[in-house]
Amino acid sequence: MMKVGEQVKKIRSKNAGPFWITVDVFCGDDETYQKMNTLLSSNMIAELYRVPVETLKRFAIPGLSVLKFSFPRSVVQGGRFDRDMHGAQMSVLLAELDLALETDENKQA
Amino acid sequence: MTTRVLVPSGVLGLGFDSAALAAGVATHPDIIAIDGGSTDSGPFYLGTGTSKYSRAACKAEWKQLMQAREQAQIPLVITSCGTCGTDSMVDWMLDITRELAVELSQSLTVATLYSEVAPGFVKQQLVNKKIQPLAPEIHIDEASIESIDHIVALAGAEQINAALATGADIVLAGRATDTAGISAMPLARGEPQGAAWHGAKIAECGALCSTNPTSGVIALEVDETGFCVWPLAESAMCTPHSVSAHMLYENADPHTLYEPGGALDVHDARYSAIDERRVRVTGSLWIASDQYTVKLEGARAVGYQSTLMAILRDAHYVTNAKVWVKRLTAFLENEISTRMGLEKGDYDVEFRLIGIDATLGELEVKVSNPSEVGVLVLVSAQSEELADELAKLINPFLLHYPLKDNEELPTFAFPYSPAQTNRGAIYEFCLNHVLVLGDPMDVFRLEVHQL
Repeated sequence: MMKVGEQVKKIRSKNAGPFWITVDVFCGDDETYQKMNTLLSSNMIAELYRVPVETLKRFAIPGLSVLKFSFPRSVVQGGRFDRDMHGAQMSVLLAELDLALETDENKQA
Repeated sequence: MTTRVLVPSGVLGLGFDSAALAAGVATHPDIIAIDGGSTDSGPFYLGTGTSKYSRAACKAEWKQLMQAREQAQIPLVITSCGTCGTDSMVDWMLDITRELAVELSQSLTVATLYSEVAPGFVKQQLVNKKIQPLAPEIHIDEASIESIDHIVALAGAEQINAALATGADIVLAGRATDTAGISAMPLARGEPQGAAWHGAKIAECGALCSTNPTSGVIALEVDETGFCVWPLAESAMCTPHSVSAHMLYENADPHTLYEPGGALDVHDARYSAIDERRVRVTGSLWIASDQYTVKLEGARAVGYQSTLMAILRDAHYVTNAKVWVKRLTAFLENEISTRMGLEKGDYDVEFRLIGIDATLGELEVKVSNPSEVGVLVLVSAQSEELADELAKLINPFLLHYPLKDNEELPTFAFPYSPAQTNRGAIYEFCLNHVLVLGDPMDVFRLEVHQL
């Protein structure tokens, strides 16, 4: 078991205007940041949130030990099919992602 | 030169620490600036031209700010009045201000800045190729623009400064960027643009850039080489980390912030502690754009909705909730077709299982074992009567529908009576575009009132 949320200091997500969600991963220290920077790829995040990888923006910010991912919402904020107006619960998906399983799957693949 | 901006909180209606406000006034600010709106709470407010926050809460806080302004003898600015910043919400704030001017025996010059744009004008500008899409691109055409209930243009610092230039004691502005009310005076006084916009972005959510977000009040001081920011509540501190991390917040790109007339670039910004509560920032850049654009926001009604709620506590149904919903959905489609003559495209019935996957839907990966499941039913249709009729038709089956034909009829928990709730019209955001302007004031309207 190596859940992302248990490895880093904090993960949060939020709407960034009505059309984007942004997920901030505060790693807490440089060692964790270096590790997460290697493990949390654009492909992995795009797959987790089921968005086309070419629409996902990834920012590595070593000065803050932060990784940031932004992607267009699959459903526009507050529309009939939206489930989470502020998108703040979206972070839970990444926090509960088990990296041990992910890397095992990669090995098998 | 140095320009000081006092920011009482991230939004009017959310509250702030009164002692911190008094401490802020004592620092001799040049202006008090607060934001009144956001799209954060969804399209309903812009669609209806109404406020998310209660009038009483806004009035109580505005009273304190009007008193602080009187004491300091400086301008007071609110941007994005009444959540959505429509013309109706600027007038709503003007009414509140009028009442308070009488209550506080204040004589005031008030400037109102209106940001609302008529759909017909936007349609014409689309034809004139003055409307440009932002990513992700939302399809619009002349017919779809015509159906928008309210469109607002986001004012920048230029329009706020036009309002301040009237000599107004108070500026009540319609929709504007979150930063415009804060950056306006530093820019008018010739402070560097990078520092003015960056400082405004850091201060726009009030004390969210500090270690105690709920304390509200923030002071911003912009000068020739950068800016300083610090919280006024004694319990709060600004640290290089708390300040620099704020660029991440609600911002898809942490290094760039687009504003009317250009973009803030903070790639090379440096954050340093002046002492344990104050942070100094230098190296912020402003990159002017070739054309002056303002962002547009629009919301329109897309139908009507009624909701129902039932709770499953029986373990047999909790375990099989998804199967039950599938079976009930098929049954209801048939009932609605035979009894009401409606086909699937005429309405929409969606079940959300609270306790299973209501928040994340098909993204959910966790399999849980809840003791109960909330069944939220969203019924949408093109008229209010139809949505209500459909909900009433669904009601008895939501209460009693069995998992198998040969089972005894269950009766689930209805938490209230009536089980259906009429939500009225439902709205959607339908513009993600900018409008090219020849002059910043082209679509904005300014009025001056003597109270």
